[in-house]
Amino acid sequence: MSDCDSCPAAALHSGAGGTAVASHHTVAVIGPPNSGKSTLFNRLTGLRQKVANFPGVTVERHSGEVRLPGGDEVTLIDLPGVYSLTPRSEDERIACDVLNGRVEGVPRPDGILLVLDSTNLGRHLMLAGPVLALGLPTLVLLNMADDLRARGGKVDVEALSRELGAPVLLASAREGEGVDEVLRFLAGTVSAPSPLDLPVLSDVPACRLWASRVRVQAGYSAPQPPVWTRRLDSVFLHPFFGPLIFTAVVVAVFQTIFTAAVPLMDAVSWMVDSSGAWLGRVLPDSPLRSLLVEGVWGGVGSVVVFLPQILLLFLFLGVLEDSGYLARAAVIADRTMARVGLQGKSFIPLLSAYACAVPAILATRTIENKRDRIATILIAPFMTCSARLPVYTLIIAAFIPERPLMGGLLGSRAAAMLGLYVLGFGAAVMTAKLLKSSILKSHGAGFLLEMPPYRRPTLQSLALRLLDRSRIFLRRAGTVILSVAVILWLLAHLPLVDGGAPPLDQSVAGVIGRAVEPVIEPLGFNWKIGVGLISSLAAREVIVGTLGAIYGIEGQGLETALRSELTPGGAVALLVFFAFAMQCMSTIAVVRRETGGWRWPALQFLYMGALAYAGAFVAKRVAEVFIS
Amino acid sequence: MQLSFKSRRLQAGRKRAALPSTLVELEKGEHGVLERLDLPADEARRLMELGFVPGSPVTAGLSAPGGDPRVFRVEGSEFALRRETAARLVLRQEPDERLR
Repeated sequence: MSDCDSCPAAALHSGAGGTAVASHHTVAVIGPPNSGKSTLFNRLTGLRQKVANFPGVTVERHSGEVRLPGGDEVTLIDLPGVYSLTPRSEDERIACDVLNGRVEGVPRPDGILLVLDSTNLGRHLMLAGPVLALGLPTLVLLNMADDLRARGGKVDVEALSRELGAPVLLASAREGEGVDEVLRFLAGTVSAPSPLDLPVLSDVPACRLWASRVRVQAGYSAPQPPVWTRRLDSVFLHPFFGPLIFTAVVVAVFQTIFTAAVPLMDAVSWMVDSSGAWLGRVLPDSPLRSLLVEGVWGGVGSVVVFLPQILLLFLFLGVLEDSGYLARAAVIADRTMARVGLQGKSFIPLLSAYACAVPAILATRTIENKRDRIATILIAPFMTCSARLPVYTLIIAAFIPERPLMGGLLGSRAAAMLGLYVLGFGAAVMTAKLLKSSILKSHGAGFLLEMPPYRRPTLQSLALRLLDRSRIFLRRAGTVILSVAVILWLLAHLPLVDGGAPPLDQSVAGVIGRAVEPVIEPLGFNWKIGVGLISSLAAREVIVGTLGAIYGIEGQGLETALRSELTPGGAVALLVFFAFAMQCMSTIAVVRRETGGWRWPALQFLYMGALAYAGAFVAKRVAEVFIS
Repeated sequence: MQLSFKSRRLQAGRKRAALPSTLVELEKGEHGVLERLDLPADEARRLMELGFVPGSPVTAGLSAPGGDPRVFRVEGSEFALRRETAARLVLRQEPDERLR
């Protein structure tokens, strides 16, 4: 808290603290959540933006270049949405530090674009106080002017400008209104603001009094409450229809991931396979060809196949979030989440975790309560992510005969798959309860969420989101997965015997596999499965490629080979092991970054590993009783 | 609006003879003026930044199924609060003239 009060004051003295490395101007975009900041940012930068994380911390940062009419370029930094500059959440700390030039590698901004929602000026003006007190050239942009006018509100821009001592612009980022003036601000040098007076920043009621005085001076009349939001809320938060729609939305998300995505994934898979086959034909037979085709193409290809599925999930989540429905879903889910000690805001990350734990963990940033956030991060990898699918599919297809169950409603294989989903979900719930009743017990401050008005999502914002995700995903495929694939290939092909690759059991990978065999033998796994398990520490789906490489066959042949390698009990054990174990380097890396150290990821890895081992051990024995 | 509001009050019987004392007791559509926040300084500050400042009128809105959390409208924005938080937001006891 003390830190927060010093924030604006420090700004006046610590101008030299920022290391200005940029050759041209940097302008920060700041505003409360739901003020349309990102829409403005997207309109100004378009495709010329990139996502990065602030060095040392976890908050995602969008920055982009704006080309001005004169040909100059300005760098825009999109700061996270904040209600105040009191650094309490991670987002607010970052915003405050960037504005003060205290983040290494990010120059102190030369100006600030303060984005406020003009339909909600009463409250949003409160952020103007601390921002203007920073003493940086500032343009106050009153966004959503179209909404304001349509709903019969008005504001005297000149009077407001006089009060704030800074230029004020009524604009609409969605419609493009006022963009030229913003560009002019970015180009010109506006002098530092000189407001008529500033509130005592540490005192919230005083700040508010100031804001309401300024508001009155500016002749602001608030618009009528949005009618459509009322109408939609009476449906979406209806005691009966609300939960029904909620369930329908969740089911639709799953349907999309598992059915609509399949043709797209098949198409990508076909492209990877046929290009790999082509590569195999044109290259001369050599270790290099084997490395490229089996190692690189096989390894990276097996992961790239998931891109359509992940993008579809993000498209869905993007529409839900931009439209405002996600906030209502969080409200509906809150009671259920509270039963395991979590809160409504945890629902969104956990839903994303069914695609991939990495974006899910990034999505926990919105949870202000640190303990709730860590608990959500720790349980997210239990959700059945898409990387487990190929493993489940392979083992189920090999060991479970297709039989109709429940009068043909559900096939036995689908039932097995569903069972694994339930198993992961159960482990997550149990772990959450365990954590929230012990080391992560939190008091009060349960749940507090703004209900934004419903809005139509813009195509541009959705497209940019998907582009972001594709880039992040492909970068991962091109780095982590690629290195593992190459290392694994090397381990399986070294040491050279008579100038060629050794038999697998004499390769380095084979030796390692034999070394771990005594440990995994009680689970019913032999050394070949052991090699697969070790390789899958990098990413779960890698085991499919590894086993393929070990047996030198794929598809149907691989299933047959597995049947001779594993007993049915061992197969069940393997499924349970994958349901529980934390086999994903990307997740471990992101948890380390998000929690700021090795403590939580280490705990998570050991806990999930122990649970996987114990679970597989029990599952094997239970399965053997049932089968015999 | 006024009518339905009155009848609801009557139905509530003796329990509702007095004015609602915290946000929890507000019926849907009813409003009261915030008196104080019986919360730890940190939480109170967060809520105040959002507009839950002593002296502001707060209107109760829709809720999740089961009545918790509930949406409250303050300063033209809506926020969902849990029951346990709403119970700590105390309302002013003198009748507000805007209610008449």
